[in-house]
Amino acid sequence: MPPPAIELRDAAVTLGGRTIWQDATLEIGDGEFVAVLGPNGSGKSTLLRVLLGQLPLSAGTVSVLGATPRDAKQEIGYLPQRHAFDATTRIRGVDLVRLGLDGDRWGLPLPGRTDARRRVEEAIRLVAGSAFARRAIGECSGGEQQRLLIAAALVSRPRMLFLDEPLDSLDLANQTSVTTLLNRICRSERMTTLLVAHDVNPLLAHLDRVVYVAGGRILSGPPAQVITSETLSELYGAHIEVLHTSDGRLVVVGQPDAHAQHSDQHAHP
Amino acid sequence: MNPQLSANPLTDLHQLLVYPFMVHALEAGTIVAVMASVAGWFMVLRRETFAGHTLSVMSFPGASAAALAGLPLSLGYFSFCFVAALVIGASSRTAGRRNLAQESAVTGTVQVSALALGFLFLSLYGGILENLEALLFGSFLGITTGQVETLAAITVGVLVFFAITGRPLLFSSVDELAAGARGVPVRLLHLAFLAVLGLAVAATAQITGVLLVFALLVAPAAAAQQLTARVTLGLALTIVFALAIIWLGLTLAYFSVYSVGFYVSTIAFALYVVCRGGRTVARRLAAA
Repeated sequence: MPPPAIELRDAAVTLGGRTIWQDATLEIGDGEFVAVLGPNGSGKSTLLRVLLGQLPLSAGTVSVLGATPRDAKQEIGYLPQRHAFDATTRIRGVDLVRLGLDGDRWGLPLPGRTDARRRVEEAIRLVAGSAFARRAIGECSGGEQQRLLIAAALVSRPRMLFLDEPLDSLDLANQTSVTTLLNRICRSERMTTLLVAHDVNPLLAHLDRVVYVAGGRILSGPPAQVITSETLSELYGAHIEVLHTSDGRLVVVGQPDAHAQHSDQHAHP
Repeated sequence: MNPQLSANPLTDLHQLLVYPFMVHALEAGTIVAVMASVAGWFMVLRRETFAGHTLSVMSFPGASAAALAGLPLSLGYFSFCFVAALVIGASSRTAGRRNLAQESAVTGTVQVSALALGFLFLSLYGGILENLEALLFGSFLGITTGQVETLAAITVGVLVFFAITGRPLLFSSVDELAAGARGVPVRLLHLAFLAVLGLAVAATAQITGVLLVFALLVAPAAAAQQLTARVTLGLALTIVFALAIIWLGLTLAYFSVYSVGFYVSTIAFALYVVCRGGRTVARRLAAA
């Protein structure tokens, strides 16, 4: 059996004296398509930051691609959570993608690096962005901007892709098409893909695994096992009901937000 | 001296270059145009125009502090610019990220304090600030060879900075979070950029005066960014625009009764209006 792409053992994170989550143990296999779910403020982005080597654990161990997160950083394409570029951002999509390839290098680029140009074109083709990549990024629609940003994260040919709420600012049609795109890339390039999401429904058909962050704990498994009334009720320590709608969507009812959860804990220690 | 514009461009060129002061003005103008326009291109892209403006205002407290201490005025100016750049850069972040709203508030506060300090130093000094007019409106026509050489050295330094940091600076200007995740030292780059911007503004203001720095710092970059979103083309256009502004401004002033400042600012403004109008028309036509 190949080693897991991501492995957490009894991990905990403490920020400013507050424990975000603890006793987190999880394994993510190579090439899996994974959603990180949970209420606002529960520590989903914190998990990504740990895996990117930006935050240390206060307990336990973490390994990414068999190495420490810092050593694995070059192998990870990362798309931060963001608001859209505003209309006056005067840089072309293709230049943004190029920055994803060598924007961290000092000095002037060597003229006529056709290899770099080919890789930029390849990444843009992969996200079906050729039609709008030469426009200023601020003039592209939200879905087009998201595709170009994904291309920028892909262009360095990473082995993993981390995306923080990539569907957040998109309308329903674009949520579906970006999800389909990410899933296609995950399968065709065998690229382990981890995306933080608010709503599991646009992703549900594609997911190998969900990582659920709530109540200071982390649970992971196939969606059908994790997103159930029993599992979530246990995780939250409150009564949660998962409803199945007739069109196959999931609705989680009774989910308290992270802050309410914490004040509950203070009230009943 | 009463030069007349003739129909023969060669005669005009000869007239233009017959006096050393005019040659120095053209040399210094060319040098600061290149430096200010490149720094300005990054400044406009990063939305730090207000910070650039505030750095130019630093000449007032800088010069009055230097007068009070009996030091060269330019030394005071460079020091105040540098300190203000660091203050703005260091206090414009929340939770480790750039915060544009906070940056403009901090910048405004820095500007007000700088003006207050300037008045304080000036009243403590008790005298009249010499060269006040040169400080505000520049001194195109009294430039020495030594000044041209100093400017050239500063410009080389500024251009080397942008050549080295160009790509990471561009990356962090457009997408700071992604750049930071890739290991670009975004915070340090922000501070370094503002410090170099301060240097460029201070050096440019010695020639153009505080009030006209912006003709070279903002207008060429803003006009070029109206026309193109390409990086190299945009930078090239910015430099060409700045050179055109300074050369035309100096030439027209030489052959007429109006000042360099009037021509430089008017040409810069006209250039921006034409580029912006042209872009709007082009988009309407494309949409129709």
